[in-house]
Amino acid sequence: MTTLFKFHGGVHPPTHKAESTRTPIAQMPLPKKLVIPFHQHVGNIAKPQVRAGDHVLKGQIIGLPEDGISSAVHASTSGTITEIGMQVVAHASGLPDLCATLVPDGKDEWIAHSGIDFRVATHADVRQMLRLAGVVGLGGAVFPSDLKLRPGTHKIDTLILNGAECEPYITCDDMLMRERADEIIRGAEIMRWVLGADTILVGIEDNKPEAIAAMQVAAQTSSDNIQVIAVPTLYPGGGAKQLIRVLTGIEVAAGVRSTEKGVQCFNVATAQSIYRAVQFGEPLVSRIVTVTGNVSDAQNLEVLIGTPVSDVVAYAGVLPDTDSYIMGGPMMGLPLPAASVSIVKAANCIIASSPKLFPPAPPAMPCIRCTRCAEVCPAELQPQDLYWFAKAREFGKAQEFSLFDCIECGACSYVCPSHIPLVQYYRFAKSEIWARESEKNASDAARERFEFREHRIEREKREKAEKLAAKEQAALAAKQEAAKISAAPTETPASAPIDEKQAKIQAAIEHAKQQAAAIKPKNTEQLTPQQMAEIADIEARRARIHELAKSEAEPPRE
Amino acid sequence: MLNALLVMSGIAVLLGAVLGYAAIKFRVEGNPLVDKIDAILPQTQCGQCGYPGCKPYATALAADEADINRCPPGGEEGIRKLAELLNKEFIPFGGDTNAPKPKSVALIDENTCIGCTLCIQACPVDAIVGAAKQMHTVVTGECTGCELCVAPCPVDCISMIVIQEKITNWKWKYPIYALTPAQ
Repeated sequence: MTTLFKFHGGVHPPTHKAESTRTPIAQMPLPKKLVIPFHQHVGNIAKPQVRAGDHVLKGQIIGLPEDGISSAVHASTSGTITEIGMQVVAHASGLPDLCATLVPDGKDEWIAHSGIDFRVATHADVRQMLRLAGVVGLGGAVFPSDLKLRPGTHKIDTLILNGAECEPYITCDDMLMRERADEIIRGAEIMRWVLGADTILVGIEDNKPEAIAAMQVAAQTSSDNIQVIAVPTLYPGGGAKQLIRVLTGIEVAAGVRSTEKGVQCFNVATAQSIYRAVQFGEPLVSRIVTVTGNVSDAQNLEVLIGTPVSDVVAYAGVLPDTDSYIMGGPMMGLPLPAASVSIVKAANCIIASSPKLFPPAPPAMPCIRCTRCAEVCPAELQPQDLYWFAKAREFGKAQEFSLFDCIECGACSYVCPSHIPLVQYYRFAKSEIWARESEKNASDAARERFEFREHRIEREKREKAEKLAAKEQAALAAKQEAAKISAAPTETPASAPIDEKQAKIQAAIEHAKQQAAAIKPKNTEQLTPQQMAEIADIEARRARIHELAKSEAEPPRE
Repeated sequence: MLNALLVMSGIAVLLGAVLGYAAIKFRVEGNPLVDKIDAILPQTQCGQCGYPGCKPYATALAADEADINRCPPGGEEGIRKLAELLNKEFIPFGGDTNAPKPKSVALIDENTCIGCTLCIQACPVDAIVGAAKQMHTVVTGECTGCELCVAPCPVDCISMIVIQEKITNWKWKYPIYALTPAQ
């Protein structure tokens, strides 16, 4: 038995997990329409690769990852893309985002796909495969998994599989571990291989004995060093930092990545989808979703990405007094803007909410500084101070008090006797700080561009002036040179004042004379005496005419 | 008596040397206050303050030659920050200063543009690309929304587009709860 460690704080909300674990995972039937958002992951939005009217097959890439942090998006079934446009998505803002609408043809026909043997492939190939398979963290953070498998500067000793699933109501990982433990373990083997880790620790909260048993059986089939460890049930024990702390005793400090401490953490569902992607070349087109709350048949469904939430809850028998839906758990989940939004990769759970199930929060009362929030904060923050600063919009102070270490678990709001929506204040403060940061960056960039422009204009002006000056200088030098030349043969008395204009004219005349002298008629080298005589004759005639013209022109002038 | 004089003058010389050395060693080039003010200003370089850019306005503010409410793009928050930095009273927008507008970017109607380059010359941050008799376009990411390109355009093909709230720039709102009457 391994020694376990503790993290600070934590709460014990009622788990409500039994409702949705009574039946095995069911396959959700094909919906009439799928709406697949292009931005389902952390990072850049995927670049659309299809057009309205295109026929696509199941697993076909419809959005390619764009630059750095990004991931691919696939058609979840075969059918026709009817529209690419803005639609409301599962986001707290309720704003529309770019989505592809796919009308299934009912055949559910796969695109040709094949897996690779990860033990002979290079690590880069495995990562590229995962990137193109659209595999992202399925615990809710949806960070591209290929990037988490990149070799860092530190050696990874321990790979942690997160099966804690600490949030109330959610049971998708529990059911996945019960039913597909083998696939999870195979996925873990791939990750361990790519990361070069020594051991694999699987952390599962002790309120899931069936999952622990199934995973232990599956782990025995592996040649890797895998330990399945039951961790105490305590919210938010499934937070990455908290689970790492509990399993290894390593405290990952603020601003430090767990990889720098030799630990990397993945969700169990991510491990399973990594296995499907590498072994069979199957991209992430579906996920297990817990449908629970105000429904008659709470259960776990395997749902195609893009299925409307309304279809999913209807399948589970939504009760008539349902007034809203929550994606995720009751502690950290986000209220959905509409039932028409679709299931995305982050959607681990859909809770149908009714006023009876989740009565509206009583009005917030003033903070009495009881510090119960500080007692339960798993990040060891001072939530009452952070609340104060966020409320007063003293964002600098909030940052000083490590606002960004807050994991928004909601434990503080849960215990607050004054019912203050603390997490909302922290989210507000965080997004204000981010906005300011980006505004600051934009204004710094503008300043730089402005100053560079000023500098450039200044430089251009200077260069122009210099060019002009150089030209004048050259002209002056040429003139002086010319003056010298002209001065020498004519022996102009030095005392006689030559005015500049005259000198210029003189110089020009001299120049012309020199040029004329320099010019020699061409083709006159090899001539017969006859031709020469002819030329001489012509020249004599020319001279005579010249003389004549001169004598005629000159008298009137004088 | 003599000892005391010697000690005192010795201390004076020593301190003087230290101060003199510090003055050379820790010399600050330029006015740090101007830079501090400039950091608060939004760098739109729009000239709505009556100065040719943010830095000149900052210089004027540092020299106490201008009011702190002359920067519409900075908004009321900008005035508050300036008031705090310069230890002055907050004064709202008013008088001959424009009221703050929502943040926007310029958009060139590329069908109408004749390629005269006048807007390129007017843009303080080089955010317009194009060449003579070629279509111009605004690099939206670099546009500060200063509107300086709008007036020079001889065919009026530049319009200011207000930046809409999108998922990428959406912010969590301050928690506000509607009051419900007691039953």
